[in-house]
Amino acid sequence: MYGVSYDIAHMLAGGMVLVSFLLLYQDRMFSLLNVFALHAGVLALSVAWQAWVQDEPLLYVTAAIALVVKASIIPVALHRIVQRLGMHREVETTVGIGLTMLVGVGLFALSIVLMLRVTVGVDPLARQDLAFALAVILLGLLMMVSRRNVVSQVVGFMSMENGLILAATGARGMPLVVEISVAFSVIIAFIVIGVFLFRIRERFDSLDVHALHGFRGDRE
Amino acid sequence: MIRDFGIELVQVVLVLLLAPLLTGFVRKLKARLTRRRGPSLIQPYRDLLRLLRKEAVLADNASWLFRVAPYVIFATTWVAMTLVPTFATGLLFSTSADLIAIVALLGSARFFLALVGLDVGTSFGGIGSSREVMVASLAEPALIIVAFTLALIAGSTQLSVIAATLASGEVGLRVSLALVLAALVIVAIAENSRIPVDNPATHLELTMIHEAMVLEYSGRHLAVLEAAGMIKLLLYTSVIAAVFLPWGIAAPDATLDAFALGLVLYLGKLALAGTTLAVFETAIAKMRVFRVPEYLGFSLMLALLAMLLMFVTQSL
Repeated sequence: MYGVSYDIAHMLAGGMVLVSFLLLYQDRMFSLLNVFALHAGVLALSVAWQAWVQDEPLLYVTAAIALVVKASIIPVALHRIVQRLGMHREVETTVGIGLTMLVGVGLFALSIVLMLRVTVGVDPLARQDLAFALAVILLGLLMMVSRRNVVSQVVGFMSMENGLILAATGARGMPLVVEISVAFSVIIAFIVIGVFLFRIRERFDSLDVHALHGFRGDRE
Repeated sequence: MIRDFGIELVQVVLVLLLAPLLTGFVRKLKARLTRRRGPSLIQPYRDLLRLLRKEAVLADNASWLFRVAPYVIFATTWVAMTLVPTFATGLLFSTSADLIAIVALLGSARFFLALVGLDVGTSFGGIGSSREVMVASLAEPALIIVAFTLALIAGSTQLSVIAATLASGEVGLRVSLALVLAALVIVAIAENSRIPVDNPATHLELTMIHEAMVLEYSGRHLAVLEAAGMIKLLLYTSVIAAVFLPWGIAAPDATLDAFALGLVLYLGKLALAGTTLAVFETAIAKMRVFRVPEYLGFSLMLALLAMLLMFVTQSL
């Protein structure tokens, strides 16, 4: 009924959701970073496949950005930051991993039900792809909420951004200007976060964001 | 009719002969990957024959269940194996029992194994049984949901029909199938006591699950239990091969050439699966027992996601 090209795009989008769940499952810092690199790698594959199918050379640039910046530079840089700061090698979670996974399943169900309701009358598989992208975004958000460590929150933020790109390329391309500006904003955010990591560390001797709560005035 | 019976008979005998070979293959490959020479491929056959010839020693307080259970476990596992299409679909028995029946047969085998672990009253047996049941309480729901998802895709719970539908190529690539494959592989590793969950080659008290339950067995009882374990490994490999690598599987009315091709391809699939398993086991370390529920919960979650997705898509 649908061509093989569509099936492959669909599989890659599903693979992104799967890797997002793998991100939630990790409890070691370095494996978390490796899985994040995999996440960006799958995104690059997915975007490159869309570029080939839609015959849009500009999308290849998007794929290259994903591959070079997000799958190589950022994970390597995060590795080095973690090593230099001598951080805990374990990811600290606010609630248990099992509970987080259950919430993740709930979010996945929510995104499927929501997207399928909103986009009535469109091609069914395109609707599923949009639902996958929304699920990746929501899972990234969940990752940011459920982790106490700044580095894993950064990973959650980046994976959320991957979900945005997935949604945009699935929906028949997005202007390169937008893509490049998004990519740059991510890099700048990354640099700013990196600087902040060192500042937070200098001041509190820890990267646990709970240390910041004393400044909010709502806790002792 | 006679022809169908013949195919079924060939398969029933074939799986019994192949099961130790697959185990031997995985062991040999694991040894080679860690730069040891390893035992020969037919060592599992020799082990089984040697155990069969040896005297069976029973504990004083062993009940009749302790003597009967190995044969029950072997029989249920073997019957479950005969329901799985290996090189040809349309098996004679497959009309009478489906994927859910296979899960039930394996479940009853596990029930008896957990019982005899407790029977003699040693502490290791108790530990093994309690851990086995912990693993089962998460692995079995995942397996059942995998069965339901496959049934939703193929429109039947019979493994032969599922394999034939997927081999015909009309289903195409589906995300649900990928999720189901991941869930099934995780369950298969846990159920066969392979490395991240249990180590098949150790007798270290703190970590063992399967070995702890069969610790009191010897002689022919142990041989039968070991054989059941080998058949179980072959069973899971064959299910994964039949559902996810269905190419070349022979139709029931095929010619002799097609059967030969199906058989050769089946052996190839087994070799591929065994190689993957050996590489995976060499590359990974065993996880703590307390992490196993998380690991299996992941598989349960994947299976749930697959079913959810399939259910919603089909209701469009």
